[in-house]
Amino acid sequence: MDDLLVFIISKYNYWISLILMLTGLYGMISKNNLLKKVIGMSIFQTAIILFYVSIGAKKNATIPIVEHGHNGHDAAHAVIHAADYVNPLPHVLMLTAIVVGVATLGVALALIQKINQVHDTIEEDEILRSMEE
Amino acid sequence: MKSIAFLITLAAGILMLAASLDFPDWSAPTTPASTHLSPHYIEKSIEETSVPNLVTSVLADYRGYDTMFETVVIFCGGITVLTLIRRTFIRKDKYINPRPVREDSDIILQSAVRILVPLIQVFALYVVAHGHHSPGGGFQGGVILGASFILLSIAYDLKFVLKRLKENSILFFSILGVTIYAGIGLVSLFLGQNFLAYAAWAELLGITEVEAHSHGMLGVEIGVAITVTAIMLSLYADLSSGGDLDEGL
Repeated sequence: MDDLLVFIISKYNYWISLILMLTGLYGMISKNNLLKKVIGMSIFQTAIILFYVSIGAKKNATIPIVEHGHNGHDAAHAVIHAADYVNPLPHVLMLTAIVVGVATLGVALALIQKINQVHDTIEEDEILRSMEE
Repeated sequence: MKSIAFLITLAAGILMLAASLDFPDWSAPTTPASTHLSPHYIEKSIEETSVPNLVTSVLADYRGYDTMFETVVIFCGGITVLTLIRRTFIRKDKYINPRPVREDSDIILQSAVRILVPLIQVFALYVVAHGHHSPGGGFQGGVILGASFILLSIAYDLKFVLKRLKENSILFFSILGVTIYAGIGLVSLFLGQNFLAYAAWAELLGITEVEAHSHGMLGVEIGVAITVTAIMLSLYADLSSGGDLDEGL
């Protein structure tokens, strides 16, 4: 029983982002409404962001800001241990990914608006039907 | 269609679940992600750049190229939205989604926003300027600053904001931010070092090379913040008004 608990605790962050990712994937494939597809894309994106940030975590480590670092050169001589701070690299990658995600979301919404102006609908099957006519 | 989607999702889920069993345990300090590159960032950041916030130093210094092109991506996103749906003339006859015209303004909302917006903007500038020492930086501060303008245009209306910050100046600012970032890189190129090597600024500003790293980062963060603010506002303005920058939501 204890082994199972340890196993779940050591992996559940991956499973949560996995569930979120699959929710987004299912939404993107199955939904007919373009806006719902975009929502699915956003959920997928959030899942990946969670995944990356959880990779950066370390036990008994604090946020990636060096303590007493603003004292300038005194701190340069103090020894900084990598184990005391969480990995900053995934945070950096996701920081930019979030803002770029907003830009891509904006482009997607603009495309949907344009499609709605031309076809009067954002349902995929109705768009296909109106293109055939 | 729904069942096919479910099957695809299920297959992908089983594959990824199987893969997740091989992943390192959560928050183990010896994961591959935490052992190769990041110890150098954590241990040498203060020594090499004098910036305690490791996220900022990695973002703007060690991975400066990456961040520059992320800023360019945001800029391109804004320009794409502009070219897709911006209409310079209003076709009243082909108006597809007529929005309800707001006749009276909400005095409680507007008074609250009038008090809040300066505070939000000062906080945004703090987040940009203090991003070296506390959580923050150009992207975060830029988004907060953009949100303050969006809040204004929701509480009043879009015209209220665009009268004070013209569409042309929004575009000018979005270009200015990218130019600041690339300009800081180009200056160090002209001073005989690599692109975005902030150490080249040391002689120009009369400071040590380590301080030059810190100051160069502040410069590019300001550039990022300007672009992000302008693009956020531009995205909102175009999307909420259907491209004619008329009423907004």
